[in-house]
Amino acid sequence: MAKQVLMYGNTAIGEAAIRAGCQCYFGYPITPQNELTEYMATHLGRRKGCAFVQAESEVSAINMVYGASAAGVRVMTSSSSPGISLKQEGISYLAACQLPAVIVNMSRGGPGLGSIIAAQSDYLQSTRGGGHGDYRTIVLAPASVQELADLTHEAFDLTEKYRIPVLILGDGMLGQMMEPVVFKHKAPKKPPVRKDALRGAKNRKSKIIKTFTSNPAELEEINWSLFRRYQMLESKEVRHETYMTDDANLVVCSFGISARIAKGAINAVRASGLKVGLFRPITAWPFPYEAVKKLTNNIDHFLVFEMNMGQMLEDIRFGVGERGDVSFYGRPGGVIPTPSEVARVITRHYYQKGL
Amino acid sequence: MKKVYARPKYLKKVHFHYCPGCGHSIVHRLVCELAEEMKIQDKLIGIPPPGCSVFTYNYIDTDFVESAHGRGAAVATGIKRACPEALVFTYQGDGDIAAIGTGETIHAANRGEKITAIFINNAVYGMTGGQMAPTTLIDMKTTTSPFGREKDIEGFPIKLSEMVALTKGAVYIERTTVNSPAGIKKTKKAIKKAFQVQMDNLGYSLVEILSPCPTNWKMREIDSWKWIDEVMVNEYPPGVIKDTTNEQKKKKPKKKGKKKK
Repeated sequence: MAKQVLMYGNTAIGEAAIRAGCQCYFGYPITPQNELTEYMATHLGRRKGCAFVQAESEVSAINMVYGASAAGVRVMTSSSSPGISLKQEGISYLAACQLPAVIVNMSRGGPGLGSIIAAQSDYLQSTRGGGHGDYRTIVLAPASVQELADLTHEAFDLTEKYRIPVLILGDGMLGQMMEPVVFKHKAPKKPPVRKDALRGAKNRKSKIIKTFTSNPAELEEINWSLFRRYQMLESKEVRHETYMTDDANLVVCSFGISARIAKGAINAVRASGLKVGLFRPITAWPFPYEAVKKLTNNIDHFLVFEMNMGQMLEDIRFGVGERGDVSFYGRPGGVIPTPSEVARVITRHYYQKGL
Repeated sequence: MKKVYARPKYLKKVHFHYCPGCGHSIVHRLVCELAEEMKIQDKLIGIPPPGCSVFTYNYIDTDFVESAHGRGAAVATGIKRACPEALVFTYQGDGDIAAIGTGETIHAANRGEKITAIFINNAVYGMTGGQMAPTTLIDMKTTTSPFGREKDIEGFPIKLSEMVALTKGAVYIERTTVNSPAGIKKTKKAIKKAFQVQMDNLGYSLVEILSPCPTNWKMREIDSWKWIDEVMVNEYPPGVIKDTTNEQKKKKPKKKGKKKK
């Protein structure tokens, strides 16, 4: 059986990526994700056939990702909120060229330089494309170090399977905390190279990877084909977790680290007899609307808790529709409420609704 | 009869979209000739960013990855690091390499990336309609310097190649022209050397080519060629700017059994 090790969230991502066959990593320092960049410098950079480059900017790093992905290797970059904003140009190009890539955002407080403390204010940027043009990225929102490792590994498979960039939406707390983690895979001896790699026209016709299309009709068709794939993803790759929702009168909806905090709060209020459950999307895009809709069959009251001013709230409202009422509790700017604080909010809410 | 000239094998049989008198098509042809002569067509990966030359992939029959504006050196870095056996070149205009892509270029050169930049300098943004570029000469009129570039307002023409030459990772940098048969010959030789530097794993190489843009310079073709010799070369003198090829070669011990396949 694989050994359990104690690791930071940030370093667990790095180890999981290497075991998934990640061959190139391009990064730029930004808190609170530096441990990941440092881990890749130490553990990936000198591996045979692998490359680590500390780029001169996030813009450069994501464009290096674009180049390496074109050359057919598994490639990753990571950053935190302000740096992810800079990467949006490259992500748009990756999406347009249908090039696989894994992008990690250990998000922090914003807007602007904001703070270096965990926040979840990048939800809308992550789930609505983020850069210019009509596109989406798969967004995975893990809530533990183990899940960070598992989803990082899976991200490499998903991005290659669907030819869509995959974003891992974590946060500073998840990256900085230590937890036991088990890596289920061994690193491949030789990292895989995609069959469609562009590495010179040897024994084949020359190939072009491009995004510019001077004919609007052609570009419209490209957009249509992208959206057909997104529609397929919306039915095939939607994941979520529910916790104690079977008998619940109220369901708290949270993603990532706030779901972890909410779970603690729910355990506390359950001890005092309040019937409260948790709904957590694991894929923030495609969003599990159907699962939310299904909950409304038995549950009327939803409380969205996020470490922002109400971003996933839009998705929950869309999923619930007229079939229930949705309230919101948010803490932006890098303030991380404790489970007991959230328990108080849930309790107050529970009695105010007369449950 | 002796054949003295033929269409290069790797120049696709399509019409160029370039304006009459433009230098791009000449440089394209040189790259195609070298791809054949150096037997490197199956290793070449070109990177054209936005600009007139974004369509380079329509003409040169090698692999191409189009990059975002200015990001050529970063994309080239990614490809080369993932696939060191490829021969990677960027094909960038002056707006691309010397304005929006300055950072990427300087740092790729400084890291000594084994890539080659072909830098077409025509002192204007061509594709967007002749706006002022960082390379635009003092007093030169463009659509965004309609009264002529004034040093106190628009600053000075930038010497990107000389800047890149300051980095230790840059091994070979030469500036040439394509407004005369002699200039074209020198350009071909320079690109050949730049490719060779990359193949020998020595470091970063760059060839800056002063290239006419009669349309945006609002000149007749023949006048634009003259203008390069009479005006442009005063700011951007042709010649070898940096060449540490021999020093680099001394540093690298020859690998044994290199020829084995």
